[in-house]
Amino acid sequence: MSIDLSQFHQVFFEESFEGLDIMESSLLALDLTEVDAETINTIFRAAHSIKGGAGTFGFMQVSSFTHVVETLLDEIRAGDRGIEQDHVDLFLQCVDCLRGLMSDLQAGSEPDMTQADDLKIKFEAILAGGEVIAEDNDEAGTQTGNSDISHASPDDSGEKGWKIEFIPCEDVLCTGNEPYRMFRELQELAEEGEGKGLEVIPHLERLPDFSSMHPEMCYMSWTIIVRADIELSEIEEIFEWVVDDCDIRYQRLSECDLSTLEVHQAVGSTAEVAEVEVEATVALATKNKEVDKITAAAPVVSEKIEKALEKVAVKKAPKVEKKAAAKPAENTSIRVSIDKIDGLINMVGELVITQSMLGQLGQEFDVSRLQSLQEGLSQLEQNTRELQESVMKIRMLPISFAFSRFPRLVRDLSKQLDKEVELVMLGENTELDKTVMEKIGDPLVHLVRNSLDHGLESVQNRTDNGKSRAGTITLNAYHHGGNIVIEVKDDGAGLNKERIRKKAIEKGIIGEDEHLTDSQIYDLIFQAGFSTADVVSDVSGRGVGMDVVRRNIAELNGSIDVSSKDGEGSTFSIRLPLTLAILDGQLVRVGEEVYIFPLVSIVESIQLEKSMLNNITGNQFVMQLRNEYVPIVSLQDIFNIDGEKKDLEGAMLVVVEGDTEKVGIVVDELLGQQQVVIKSLEQNYEKVDSISGATILGDGTVALIVDISGLNNKSSENKSEDQTQAA
Amino acid sequence: MATILAVDDSASMRQMVAFTLKGAGYDVQEASDGSEALSIAKTRKFDLVLSDVNMPVMDGIELVTELRKLGDYKFVPVLMLTTESAGDKKMAGKQAGATGWIVKPFNPEQLLNTIKKVLG
Amino acid sequence: MTNAAQQKSNDAVSGTGSDDEQQYLTFIMAGEEYGVDILAVQEIRGWEPTTVIPNAPEYIKGVINLRGTIVPIMDLRSRFSLERVEYSPVTVVIILKVETERGERVMGIVVDAVSDVHSISDSDTRNSPELIEDLNTEFIRSLVSVDDNMIILLDVQRLLTIDRQVIDQAVDVVADTDSDKE
Repeated sequence: MSIDLSQFHQVFFEESFEGLDIMESSLLALDLTEVDAETINTIFRAAHSIKGGAGTFGFMQVSSFTHVVETLLDEIRAGDRGIEQDHVDLFLQCVDCLRGLMSDLQAGSEPDMTQADDLKIKFEAILAGGEVIAEDNDEAGTQTGNSDISHASPDDSGEKGWKIEFIPCEDVLCTGNEPYRMFRELQELAEEGEGKGLEVIPHLERLPDFSSMHPEMCYMSWTIIVRADIELSEIEEIFEWVVDDCDIRYQRLSECDLSTLEVHQAVGSTAEVAEVEVEATVALATKNKEVDKITAAAPVVSEKIEKALEKVAVKKAPKVEKKAAAKPAENTSIRVSIDKIDGLINMVGELVITQSMLGQLGQEFDVSRLQSLQEGLSQLEQNTRELQESVMKIRMLPISFAFSRFPRLVRDLSKQLDKEVELVMLGENTELDKTVMEKIGDPLVHLVRNSLDHGLESVQNRTDNGKSRAGTITLNAYHHGGNIVIEVKDDGAGLNKERIRKKAIEKGIIGEDEHLTDSQIYDLIFQAGFSTADVVSDVSGRGVGMDVVRRNIAELNGSIDVSSKDGEGSTFSIRLPLTLAILDGQLVRVGEEVYIFPLVSIVESIQLEKSMLNNITGNQFVMQLRNEYVPIVSLQDIFNIDGEKKDLEGAMLVVVEGDTEKVGIVVDELLGQQQVVIKSLEQNYEKVDSISGATILGDGTVALIVDISGLNNKSSENKSEDQTQAA
Repeated sequence: MATILAVDDSASMRQMVAFTLKGAGYDVQEASDGSEALSIAKTRKFDLVLSDVNMPVMDGIELVTELRKLGDYKFVPVLMLTTESAGDKKMAGKQAGATGWIVKPFNPEQLLNTIKKVLG
Repeated sequence: MTNAAQQKSNDAVSGTGSDDEQQYLTFIMAGEEYGVDILAVQEIRGWEPTTVIPNAPEYIKGVINLRGTIVPIMDLRSRFSLERVEYSPVTVVIILKVETERGERVMGIVVDAVSDVHSISDSDTRNSPELIEDLNTEFIRSLVSVDDNMIILLDVQRLLTIDRQVIDQAVDVVADTDSDKE
């Protein structure tokens, strides 16, 4: 039988990446002054698993590279060698290198071994340099251990075969080694060698008195005659597992005198090895669903078309399968804890009960049972909601997945910048949608780099100001309402308002005598082309940064704020929806169309009164909302759709806040609020400006979800156009 | 058909082993470390146990030691999956009561051959 | 479209059979008979109201819910700059599915009526759409005569690729008219 090992590759890659993460975090956690044996063991185990898997699944480059890593780890683990900072650094480089190799392999390309080969040389130098004599003795045993007799030229005149004296240790059975198995294997071997079979002669000399006999012990020994032309190594292999604790002697038949032997019938002759039949898994040719889907609405030749489509459906089927198989490299799987699955199963159980209850009710329904029906339906509603929540939870992962890279990053970076930094991570178990997690990684890296580079002062500067030598960067995640908040906080000098202001004026972002509040000044750092670093450093401050961060976060329907205190540090707070798949929405009507506003973006909904309105230019209005001026836009204008054109006075206004500022949006009517499942519009169409996706309403129709930050940009574009026109 | 308990903390190895053995008609149950294997073994008797050596929580050596203490597992073959660089582990395994070992890396055919020999 | 994608679509179109005959679903629009590769046809539906996409080109009538998937609907008359007609109970939407470099793409096209299924051999087709007047030749793959009727075979892949530029132009046009109004 042949098994396609590639089906396990994806799992292997995933667990290897996990193993590398574990190696990395353990290496970083290692306190060299007091080495924790279990930590070393954990690191070793990860390397060991990667090596074993790589070898088994045919990635020999990885396997042989990991071998040297493992060998050094093994020596450290065994206490043969101490661990030094150099080793840790080298191991960390290996982690990176292995990640690269794995990614290459996962992508199906030939891995670049240059770095691995360099590292391997370094490892081999360490291994050779120590007092410990390295590896590779172990392979010697069975291969070269063959005694001279196997190589001695066989005596052609004598009979071919071997005489084996097998005196097992008394507790051989207690290791599960059944002598009968060895006889059986010898028998098979003899038959393969076209020999005359096997003779097994038992010896009972060792048998003790019945009273002192222990039923679990083996007191017998045997002389075995194999009359076949076989190599000694083949026989040795059979006894490989017991050779160390049993007395086994081999002799060529041609070299011994058989006449003195009492010959018995072979014991093992009855051994019949059942051939294992591989069950053929017959793929059930399930009727292709395509066929069912055909609804010929047309009055024309429907039968002929249906027939043709049926054929098509059948033809298509294998193509689809092939496609599915061709994409193994893409990382689309997700690991789900058993708890979540159990939760789901429970929920489905309840749903089934409700369904059968309703089904029964439906069969024998009369008006008197209306209340039961209503109860049943509300139960169904609850079941559905709970089921939905549980399904959504499957996509949720603890944020530690995104945080895990920071200990390494902070370590490397603080070395590079010559700063002392302590990283504190809180709320690592806070859960977040997998997709959001993948997209928040880069912005977080940017923020942490930024805090380290710009936020934290040098050691000298800190001690001069009476602060601790080491600065602290805190990553904190927690749930707040329907959102997750992620904070990146440093205890550095805080944002320098004057410098930001000056820079913004320099760059023409603000006017010379524009008066700004503190938060407006801080907000300037999110403007495109803004960088406050005096020296453009390697680490950050290339001027592409915070604006990109804000944009990335806005794409996730999230927002970012910064607060800062002179001399005490700054805090960046990212607010994100928990999931991209479901959204709490406010339904609004414009003309005949229904749109959905994300509830998180809505500040308030009000009916416009004349007193609130101010006209700036032509058709551009702003409203005064407490002490703010909010521009007003009409959805029907932005979307070019027919609405109920009417006076702004008395119009329904939804005030929303995206990533930058508040905007009042005129709609025809406010409908209900509900949770909606977000569907992609891009999948079959294109990205649409100011629309983030679509959903399906209760009546089966499609409603579009408004992208508030996109809308904001649009309205500010309009505004700036108007301003230029005005100027 | 014979029942086998396959123990490995590496999911890919475990899946490969289970897939191979199931394909050959064996009834396979999986466990991801020694202690999980031990609690499974207590509920049901397997004809053979196949275990990795290096595992978190409870390693393979400890598992054999514990298994041999159970009446049901006194004589049941226990095979260790081990790497060629772990010669001393082979001995430790034997001393703990392991029947034998299969050297990693191995391919499905090698695995099946060994299992067939042990189970007959 | 990239060459690779073109290649892919050709592969998909060439089917699995050893004969070079392919089946085409044909439909009628403004008196002409058009054909699309039947392998690209997912299903045929009646016209139903759509949800309008803001600032979309005129030929995109909007999107519908097709068993949970959001599927755009294209008016083929409008796409080919043909005269508009009122939708009627016999107006038909053909749901087409093609492989693109971005994955599978599903879209519906509104046509007057479905006509027939023909088996057509590649060797019988002609590649001379330039000779036909008044036709949007961009989407035409070839022409073929069946029983003295000419059938225009369409390039489905092409048809379903919404050119971003076209949309932008459409938006520009709308924007222009808006500013004219002011």
